[in-house]
Amino acid sequence: MAAATADSPDAVALEGVGRAYGERVALRDVTFTLPAGATVAVFGANGAGKTTLLRILAMLLRPHAGVARVLGAALPREAWKARGQVGLLGHEPLLYRDLTARENLRYHARLHRVAPRRGDDLLERVGLAARADDPVRTLSRGMAQRAAICRTVLHDPSLLLLDEPLANLDPGGAAAVAPLIGRGSGHARVLISHDVEQGLAEADWVLGLRAGRQALWAPGDQVSAADVRGLYA
Amino acid sequence: MAAVSAVVRKDLRLEARAFESVPAMLMFSVTTFVLFHFGLDRGALAGDLAAGVLWVTLLLAAVLGMNRLFATEHEQGGFDGFLLAPVDRTALFVAKATVLFAFLVAAELIAVPAFALLLLEPGAGQALPELVAVLALADAGIAVVGTLVGALGVQTRARELMIPLLALPLLIPVIIGAAEATAPLFAAAGAEPLPGRWLAVLALYDAVFALLAYAVFDFLLED
Amino acid sequence: MTFGRGLRPFSIASAVLVTAAFALVFFYAPNDADQGFIYKIFYLHVPLAIVALCGFVAGGVYGIKYLRSGERADDLRSYVAIHISLILAVGVLITGSIWARASWGHWWVWDEPTLVSFLIVFLLYACYQPLRFSIEDPERQARYAAVFSIVAGAFVPLNFMAVRMADSLTHPRVLSTTGGSMTGEMRLTFYTALAGMACLFITLWKYELASKSASIQLRSLKRRLAGDDGLAPLARSSAPQQL
Repeated sequence: MAAATADSPDAVALEGVGRAYGERVALRDVTFTLPAGATVAVFGANGAGKTTLLRILAMLLRPHAGVARVLGAALPREAWKARGQVGLLGHEPLLYRDLTARENLRYHARLHRVAPRRGDDLLERVGLAARADDPVRTLSRGMAQRAAICRTVLHDPSLLLLDEPLANLDPGGAAAVAPLIGRGSGHARVLISHDVEQGLAEADWVLGLRAGRQALWAPGDQVSAADVRGLYA
Repeated sequence: MAAVSAVVRKDLRLEARAFESVPAMLMFSVTTFVLFHFGLDRGALAGDLAAGVLWVTLLLAAVLGMNRLFATEHEQGGFDGFLLAPVDRTALFVAKATVLFAFLVAAELIAVPAFALLLLEPGAGQALPELVAVLALADAGIAVVGTLVGALGVQTRARELMIPLLALPLLIPVIIGAAEATAPLFAAAGAEPLPGRWLAVLALYDAVFALLAYAVFDFLLED
Repeated sequence: MTFGRGLRPFSIASAVLVTAAFALVFFYAPNDADQGFIYKIFYLHVPLAIVALCGFVAGGVYGIKYLRSGERADDLRSYVAIHISLILAVGVLITGSIWARASWGHWWVWDEPTLVSFLIVFLLYACYQPLRFSIEDPERQARYAAVFSIVAGAFVPLNFMAVRMADSLTHPRVLSTTGGSMTGEMRLTFYTALAGMACLFITLWKYELASKSASIQLRSLKRRLAGDDGLAPLARSSAPQQL
């Protein structure tokens, strides 16, 4: 695990972060620090606040309480500094269904000001070159997921926010995307997964959420599968 | 700027692929002209009646475009995709207003000649450059207000109801200005000169709402 | 947070001024030569209109304040101002209609630009509460409502200008006072009525603010006692429910 230095600030530093929707408190008092390049696996039952946490880190939601820093930028004032260095893979692929995968990636490349060719290269690497010119609505869920993963890493982000990235992927697809979003990619990662063993295997740190509160924060090698299953009880 | 052009190109490409807005606006306009023929029981219109029929129809057709303007973004995650990028949020407003303006122009390229063919008195004035000027100014106002209201409405539940209810009162000054400016152009005895003050009204309206929309649009996107 | 400061002085002032205005209208102001007694509805119609318009603009001003400060109290102020002004606007349309019937014989006249402008403004602001109601997330609801109140508030003067310009100058103003200038007696009555209406608006505004903020604070106390899950969740509402 790399320690924070002046050149590589902590990927994520949260202190007492909270967020509410009206009266319903989705997140309360979340505090942890994720060093640069490290992976944290986030576990929790449905409704525990995992998606809310991810959207706050993606700077799509403002925290209502506490201090949140992403890649050294304090949210929400300095969000503009970190925008464009974060890649989000949520439940939606965020692709336009009537455009082709290639066109979608070209669009995102223009928004992020990266070379359009990067999209084509990525599509080849995940094995979508043959279907790159078909509309996204004709792709199977696994292929759409692979295209979404290309969109996520298109701008070479320093922090990856992944919500069940391997859902819908067959073993071949999972292997194809591993260099892009897996442990070896070198990026800091916040990984939501319902596959306890698999998540633990990849994690440097483990964060457990229950009903919006932080129930568990420990280094990955000190957490057992049973501990994690307890979160879902 | 690059972001604006990226969004505009993407939307034009989507429209060319899926054909949602412009054909609907066009078909609606032409059908409405036919309805007016039967409703008014007149075959030929001139002067302010012609101007009124044309502008009410164009305005209602524009509402169709407004309803669809942000629908794809809302349904397919376009907002998130845009907000994740390191771009100025107002670029989305500028891009969408440009797109709506383009759709209006595209629909009018066929709808206005259709109107002239179907409903306009044969002798009525042909003052094309003046008409184009009025269309341009009015379309700009409709585009600005339509984008703002489209963004306001897309998050609400009864979107197709809320957007016209909000947009149409806001656009009444546009209809007043456009109809008053166009009426002399359609005079039965031949086109009369364009009353300049109505162009000034339209321009003022466009300027005020463009500045206003530019200032508040960010607040509609943030969370 | 205390709302309703000065509620009592304003209530008393309203009661006094409104009573005085009624007395003046009935006993002091002269009858109009052509229109007789019914024209005195002008003393109700015009103050209603002026105060309603100021209320709508105030709603927009508080909308701006809310967007800048994020204080929900400003959103509440904006909501109440627009809410009350909308009711006054209905009054404007009804009294205007009665006046039109009395002096022109029709229940509605398109030649009166102020009345027409009010109809348009009413149609616009009538969408304010449905818009709020249709957005579930309270924070987003407040933000979108603020944007609407600013746009609509800026629209009001533009609209009046455009409608007035459209009104053909050959048509005489239907609902005007005699010759357009007021005598001393009329002036006194009119300004008393205007002051009374303004005080009434402020009283109602403060009253509703105090009432709503009290129920909001009551609920938050109940929540603290009963725990987050002890209370039934709030029903959807167009009014702000949190401060």
